[in-house]
Amino acid sequence: MSTLSPATARTTPEKSSPPAVIRRRGKSRMDPTRNNTAAGIAAWLLALLFATPVLWMILTSFHSETDAATNPPSVAANLTVDAYKEFFGESSGVSPWPSLINSATASILSTVLVLVLAIPAAYALSIRPVKKWTDVMFFFLSTKMMPVVAAILPLYLFAKTVGALDNIWFLILMYTSMNLPIAVWMMRSFLAEVPVEMLEAAQIDGANLILTLRKVIAPVAMPGIAATALICFIFSWNELLLARVLTGVVAGTAPVFLTGFVSSQGLFLAKVCAAAVVISLPVLFAGFAAQDKLVQGLSLGAVK
Amino acid sequence: MTTATARISRPGQATAKTLRNKASRQRALDWARRAPLLPALIFLIIVTQLPFVVTLIISFLNWNSLSPGTTGFAGFENYVTVLTDPDLRQAIFTTVILTVSVVLASLVIGLGLALLLDKKFIGRGLARTLLIAPFLVVPVAAALIWKHALLNPVYGLINGVLTWVWSLFGSDTPPQLDLLSQAPLMAVIISLVWQWTPFMMLILLAGLQSRPMDTVEAAQMDGATPWAIFRHLTLPHLRQYLELGGLLGAIYIVQNFDAVFTLTSGGLGTANLPYAIYQTFYFANEYGLASAAGVVVVIGTILVATFALRTVFSLFKKEAAR
Repeated sequence: MSTLSPATARTTPEKSSPPAVIRRRGKSRMDPTRNNTAAGIAAWLLALLFATPVLWMILTSFHSETDAATNPPSVAANLTVDAYKEFFGESSGVSPWPSLINSATASILSTVLVLVLAIPAAYALSIRPVKKWTDVMFFFLSTKMMPVVAAILPLYLFAKTVGALDNIWFLILMYTSMNLPIAVWMMRSFLAEVPVEMLEAAQIDGANLILTLRKVIAPVAMPGIAATALICFIFSWNELLLARVLTGVVAGTAPVFLTGFVSSQGLFLAKVCAAAVVISLPVLFAGFAAQDKLVQGLSLGAVK
Repeated sequence: MTTATARISRPGQATAKTLRNKASRQRALDWARRAPLLPALIFLIIVTQLPFVVTLIISFLNWNSLSPGTTGFAGFENYVTVLTDPDLRQAIFTTVILTVSVVLASLVIGLGLALLLDKKFIGRGLARTLLIAPFLVVPVAAALIWKHALLNPVYGLINGVLTWVWSLFGSDTPPQLDLLSQAPLMAVIISLVWQWTPFMMLILLAGLQSRPMDTVEAAQMDGATPWAIFRHLTLPHLRQYLELGGLLGAIYIVQNFDAVFTLTSGGLGTANLPYAIYQTFYFANEYGLASAAGVVVVIGTILVATFALRTVFSLFKKEAAR
């Protein structure tokens, strides 16, 4: 379809009236008459190149172990779900479910905690801002710039002393602190989109705080809150260092389970790919669900 | 309390009292404004600032949990070791190389992709989705795929494709790469560039789409070449987005642990500071030394972050001024 538009754009000027031409020019991005086909082909080739590891991971996960480890690759080999059965512990009896449940628990509960703490904070930084609110914002951001390794030893020693090692709740608190600064920044940028006039109108009409939150702020901020939650979920789900140091057999998360595949164990490529697919699925879903707001969220609200 | 006294006081009463009431009411209002902020602030100070203070203290101690008798004050000894020990110095060097090369490469490739995606073509949405996919694979899983499915010297996809292409030309002696043992740092860099390019692309694409098109069109009318438009209009506009992407990326990549841990287990000169610190305290139990190295990372990050904050601040001020 869109390759047709250059042609129509080139022919319309002769036929239609001048104002239409100007309007058309004003609407289009870049020069529509050249390079688009070439750019499209280049973009598609690069997109496929970038997606190849992901597509190969998915394809290999549906191959048998012997078909997975061939040189040259057996692209058209028979498909099977054996690798998934193996990953879920059919022959070894080692089930990934406890680690998946731990990951879900840690990611979901820490995201809930983050929202509980970040929404009021963002409210006090945007809708009814405190004095020197920019300073507070930069304090939040500066805590994110401190690498985890610089604080992990005291946290580890503390957990060891109070017996919180290998306890999912300690990990939940850590993930909450890891995501809170980002969430405050994202949320502030989303709450700042609530028009001031609407807030003033609500105040004049005598709406109380709850009503204002429900009827004025929530409808505008809800997509942003959802995106923030999804991004926090992704960061927690992905985290390895804290989980590796602070958990063990009981509270180990999915990334920790994956580290069991770091060293080769004979023919296990299809199983590794199946594991990678299963453990990445929640992140892929969350990421594509947040796609519209992903840039604004990841750039901490600096880019819209 | 204050509202009650304010209601009782009638006009004409002592002005000092009303002033005082006013001041205390203002203070109460200020605290009411601050109240929603406090839980988040206090939580964060306890969980992030306090441990760092402890790290700072431990960094001046001679503390190895395996030899408990020798714990004591060490002065700057640990810092001297961090900066002179060949392994840790190598780790500092590796961290810098890794961060700079990954950020620059993913910015350049991300810029190219963003420029392509800024044009209209068939299936642009799907191409964009495919390009984001690498960023949405769990980092450990991505590193495992690179290690076992792509870079494995025997049956990895890259060597597999080389064999296949060479066989097309009738050759049965294709070149075979073994990046993981011959250039392990390169393997880590490539896998990280693959994961971070989509991030840069998304930020730069948003930057491109916020570009004022009227100046570009005016330049086109005046016969400016595409390169001149890119060089003098697009690039200056993108500058702050390039800085933002680069510095946010740098903050995350300086801290990278997953790729180094998974791809090379820190072997053959690929151990960056986060990995070296993890080794130092988790396996060598050198608590003092690990803490000093942690403080060094923080100092390095503060240097980078000062620039990052300035960039974020300039975008932020623009927004706050609206």
